Amino acid sequence: MRVVDLADTTRRALNAELHALAPETNETRWRVENPGGQHALAVGLKAPVTVEIAGHAGYYCAGMNQLATVIVEGNAGVGVAENMMSGVVHVKGDASQSAGATAHGGLLVVDGDASARCGISMKGVDIVVKGSIGPRSAFMAQSGNLVVLGDAGDALGDSIYEARLFVRGAVKSLGADCVEKEMRDEHRDLLRRLLGRAGVEGVDVAEFKRFGSARALYNFHVDNAAAY
Amino acid sequence: MCGIVGLFLKDRSLEPQLGSLLAGMLEVMTDRGPDSAGFAIYGAGQPDTLKLTVRGTDLESVAEALSPQVLGVVRDTHMVLTLPTTEAARVRAWLATQRPDLAVTGAGQRIELYKEVGLPADVARRFGLPQMSGTHAIGHTRMATESAVTTAGAHPFSTGPDQCLVHNGSLSNHRSLRRTLEPQGIEFSTDNDSEVAAGYLTWRMREGASLAQALESGLDDLDGFFTFVVGTENGFAVLRDPIACKPAVMAETDQYVAFGSEYRALAGLPGIATARVFEPEPARVYAWERA
Repeated sequence: MRVVDLADTTRRALNAELHALAPETNETRWRVENPGGQHALAVGLKAPVTVEIAGHAGYYCAGMNQLATVIVEGNAGVGVAENMMSGVVHVKGDASQSAGATAHGGLLVVDGDASARCGISMKGVDIVVKGSIGPRSAFMAQSGNLVVLGDAGDALGDSIYEARLFVRGAVKSLGADCVEKEMRDEHRDLLRRLLGRAGVEGVDVAEFKRFGSARALYNFHVDNAAAY
Repeated sequence: MCGIVGLFLKDRSLEPQLGSLLAGMLEVMTDRGPDSAGFAIYGAGQPDTLKLTVRGTDLESVAEALSPQVLGVVRDTHMVLTLPTTEAARVRAWLATQRPDLAVTGAGQRIELYKEVGLPADVARRFGLPQMSGTHAIGHTRMATESAVTTAGAHPFSTGPDQCLVHNGSLSNHRSLRRTLEPQGIEFSTDNDSEVAAGYLTWRMREGASLAQALESGLDDLDGFFTFVVGTENGFAVLRDPIACKPAVMAETDQYVAFGSEYRALAGLPGIATARVFEPEPARVYAWERA
């Protein structure tokens, strides 16, 4: 395993090394010591390597990730896995605002809570939060799946398009055009697969509710003006 | 932008290190605010004694003119005047008439308040922050976006005895709120929106509210974006606006409660690896008090 200590290496040097990795590299395991909450750690990776961050990460950790697995052994700041394309990002603590924002693919797992705007404008990513999510999560979510084992804050799924939201706990309120939908077998199967990929065991999919778009706001209609 | 930090000690053995810990936190927040910096620190105080922090030039002569009842300690562009509370009216009147060029930045039994233009590390060093001790302190690094880089525009703001506030954000109803507070006797020395927030809390607390209650009512009365960190003689509180527009992270251990705009500001604190690190929720008042 390659160990990089940010107490004596710059973040830019670390990221430059990670960016230089070829897809077939043999240096597949990396560990980053003393992250100290620095921003933009392990962003823009595009090789199938695993990077462990031994502590708290700052803003935009693992942003734009492709193929790589990034594990944060603490909390992650604003915008973790923002615009991820593929791969896995696993936050073992809490995630701050806008976790998984605009992400197109891959899997984001948060063991703790995620705060406001989790999955905002998500475009195909799968997000599993084992704790609760904050207000205005999945705002304008376009596609992908958001699974929450705890509760959801205000205005869940406001102006949502085609993403699927599964929440086990209480939803404080739903945003405009977001409604509860029937859980059919296909959704239960999907949810089981997502929980399995996130390493969640012993949770019954029957405990979840599904939410999605009522599709009433796709096109502006003056009668809906008050709903915006 | 702007960076804010705060440190409230529970463990008295850390008090001699308060200044050095806060200086470290401030310096890390330079990226968020390189224009100017300021801090308020709650150090030693006596029940019948008032500390006035004043800012300006030719400070030695002020101490001389007011001696022997008033003791003056100069730190760079600021001076802390320590006087019996019975002398407070006389000294304030003297300052107003004889030295209107000086700004009173803070007043109270224990508060000292310093702010200056420049890099946070330089500001901390000029005032000797690393050598200061106390029970709690809050600080601010400023990146001016809406108004000029001036010392008067730097935070913290203090509008009441032993009270201070730092703010990251912007208020949209500060002009109208100011017009309601001024007739109530709340005085402002700048046009800054954050000073109005400080004045609002001063007014609420003067009317009998606790610090937590004053912040609670602020959720209804203050319109705009804010993360506030507020200090009183024995209290420390944090409040974010209902959509949590500005960043905030906190850490709590048996020894302290710490606030930073980003986790990086907390990374150098003792015992941080095992601290409870959390993000304060929007529209929820977090308050601590010393017994």
